[in-house]
Amino acid sequence: MPSKAIVGEKVGMSQVWDDQNRVIAVTVVRVDPVRVVAVKTPERDGYRALQVTYGQKKTQRLNKPEAGHFAAAGVDPGKRLVELRIDDTDGIGVGDEITLEVLAAGDKVDVTAVSKGKGFAGGMKRHNFSGQGASHGNHKHHRAPGSVGACATPARVFKGTRMAGQYGSGNVTTLNLEVVKADTERNLLLLKGAVPGPRGGMVVIRDAIKGGKR
Amino acid sequence: MNPTDLIDRDAIRDDVPEFSPGDTLKVHVRVVEGTRERVQIFQGAVIRRQGSGIRETFTVRKLSFGVGVERTFPLHSPVLAKIEVVTNGDVRRAKLYYLRDRTGKAAKIKEKRIPTGSAAK
Repeated sequence: MPSKAIVGEKVGMSQVWDDQNRVIAVTVVRVDPVRVVAVKTPERDGYRALQVTYGQKKTQRLNKPEAGHFAAAGVDPGKRLVELRIDDTDGIGVGDEITLEVLAAGDKVDVTAVSKGKGFAGGMKRHNFSGQGASHGNHKHHRAPGSVGACATPARVFKGTRMAGQYGSGNVTTLNLEVVKADTERNLLLLKGAVPGPRGGMVVIRDAIKGGKR
Repeated sequence: MNPTDLIDRDAIRDDVPEFSPGDTLKVHVRVVEGTRERVQIFQGAVIRRQGSGIRETFTVRKLSFGVGVERTFPLHSPVLAKIEVVTNGDVRRAKLYYLRDRTGKAAKIKEKRIPTGSAAK
């Protein structure tokens, strides 16, 4: 499990120059301080996690259960509740704030977000199939997937065969992104490379779970 | 306003002179040789400006020993020590790709005559 995690909102992509004047493509993520609403412990809940919220939400937009939950914790209501599974929750209590200061330039992080929805997509977009020829007598099968299996044996299509279907709008994690800059004054985080999801989408940032070289 | 302007504003240069395609520029480029850094001048005609905000780039074309050389620079790159406008060209297009097919006198860009005094009105 990661040792630190935080929630942010994707702002968009841009570029910065490094110390050797090379361009680095970066994703800007706004990471406002998150407030701990509940602490999940193995004894009571069976797992260890922090339930946090971020941003602001008008009180008249809360339903009764939400309002009660925030009131019981004594925390200002936020946009939504997110659970962060982290190793060590000791010393963190309800009402505490976690800020961008947990991250610094050079850290490697994993970023999870809901990817942009692509709807019902064909094999070429969804699984990078090659499609078929544009000519040589092809008729109305230019983007068709081709064969999905053999004939009388096995006389069925194997489970898991890649076909057209819903693409996107799923949880996607990008591993080992480098933190280019963590601007704690403006609560902005610059990550090298792309991050899943649309602008304004929520992203969960955790320290890298695999990453070889640190 | 772009959503990423907060970050872009840090790197945007405010010392870029006004110039457009057709102008002749002296681009002062920082070159690092080992540990030493010196400034090299690349002089030529601007044949394109492309993009906007921090991503904007421009391309300068010059003839070097009879061979056409084009370099594209990010407008806000810290590699550029200085941009100097030498002449303003009088051209009718935004992208001067037709210069690539021309040599000698045909590749010359007319200089813009800046209206002065009563002629400006």
